[in-house]
Amino acid sequence: MAAPTAKEVLLKPIFDNNPIGLQILGICSALAVTTQLQTAVVMSVAVTLVTAFSSASVSLIRHRIPGSIRIIVQMVIIASLVILVDQVLKAFLFETSKQLSVFVGLIITNCIVMGRAEGFAMKNDPAMSFIDGIGNGLGYSFILITVAFFRELFGSGKLFGVVVLNPITSGGWYQPNGLMLLSPSAFFLIGIIIWILRTAKPSQVEEA
Amino acid sequence: MLPKDSITNTFIVSLALCIVCSLLVSSAAVSLKGRQDENKVVDRQRNIIAAAGLSDAPKDLSISEVKEIFEKQVEQRLVDLDTGEYVEEADSKFDPRKAAKDPSLNEEIEGAYSIGLKNREKQTWVYLIKDGSGNLEKVVLPIYGKGLWSTMYGFIALNGDLRTVGGITFYEHGETPGLGGEIENPQWQGKWAGKQIWEIAQQRDDKNLRVGVTKGAPTESDADYKVDGLSGATITSRGVDSLLKYWFSSNGFGNYLNKLASQQGANNGSPNG
Repeated sequence: MAAPTAKEVLLKPIFDNNPIGLQILGICSALAVTTQLQTAVVMSVAVTLVTAFSSASVSLIRHRIPGSIRIIVQMVIIASLVILVDQVLKAFLFETSKQLSVFVGLIITNCIVMGRAEGFAMKNDPAMSFIDGIGNGLGYSFILITVAFFRELFGSGKLFGVVVLNPITSGGWYQPNGLMLLSPSAFFLIGIIIWILRTAKPSQVEEA
Repeated sequence: MLPKDSITNTFIVSLALCIVCSLLVSSAAVSLKGRQDENKVVDRQRNIIAAAGLSDAPKDLSISEVKEIFEKQVEQRLVDLDTGEYVEEADSKFDPRKAAKDPSLNEEIEGAYSIGLKNREKQTWVYLIKDGSGNLEKVVLPIYGKGLWSTMYGFIALNGDLRTVGGITFYEHGETPGLGGEIENPQWQGKWAGKQIWEIAQQRDDKNLRVGVTKGAPTESDADYKVDGLSGATITSRGVDSLLKYWFSSNGFGNYLNKLASQQGANNGSPNG
């Protein structure tokens, strides 16, 4: 395999090899935090940072990590970084951290983070692993923010908490779609995104 | 260098990693603790201000403004829920939420009403708001109870007559955003202002307790006491209904409010006002 360039590593995960769209990883948090754009954005930033730094750290010590405990080593690094993010959010973005509640902690179990550490960082140098982490984080963010955009717009008539479609409950005309606020709607939206991605890029279609 | 997969190297790597990571995590936790605790305190104070209606836009107040309003206008007292008396020499660090889980500081929830939890604290904070001459304008009480997913925490303010709702807020919950989460909606919270808790004035007992949440617009006879629930959030609405009933029952703040009312009466009747 020819060594990929930094640009490829950064941009491929967004459309060509999207962690949610193609690899179908990290679905659980994509359902949970996408009812509002604000939480989705903060979650995206948190996951991107954690993925980038954990991949870089794992890559940095990859020649010293014994094979028998490599998964545990990766977990410890990821968990420490997630706790760090959680603490910073609680200190500086209190309102948002209240809304994200347990989901920040659950970044630890987000398959994307661990998947990149094990699948990429163990074989590549720190700088490349860092970029790979950012790229995959952006791929995750792309789906999360797209889903959150539609869910918040049609579910609450708002974008970033600002009223766009004035709902009937506040004396407007828009009847909010309650389904959009429940988890199944995220499944539909992710399904539609995957459909569009695979129609546009037929190489992503799996053999039946 | 040791071979990567040797047992010694495995121990060295895991030990070194643990030390580095624990240093990182603990230093972050310790250095940010002050800020986090302050955030929590300010968040509570902000909600007390919102419930009491001390500010037009409580969400936009800065941290220092919240503290200033709180310090100037709010008097914090610790109440024993069973006796209804104030606890003198209260420790200002007392945390009712921790107390609710501590067997030496909590007790079982009894009576006709339930908040979906087994125990509650024996003592809790109440917040008094007085006007310039020391008359009670509002009293803000902490309330909580189970909704659909989570325990909902909030405050309710009663006007000086200790019977009429002045305002209500919920500041912490995990209900579905857009459905049960609408308990945060200022419009819905606004519907509570002016509702009566008890049917007959000056009789704060459980027989008179009328406050609650209805399914569909409240009927004419209920309109003074009840508020229309949230559509799509039956269990959350039910939770609000029972937590309000519980906290104003004799097992909740009933005893305290009766004592406070008789004190008020005594104060108002005395020549010194």
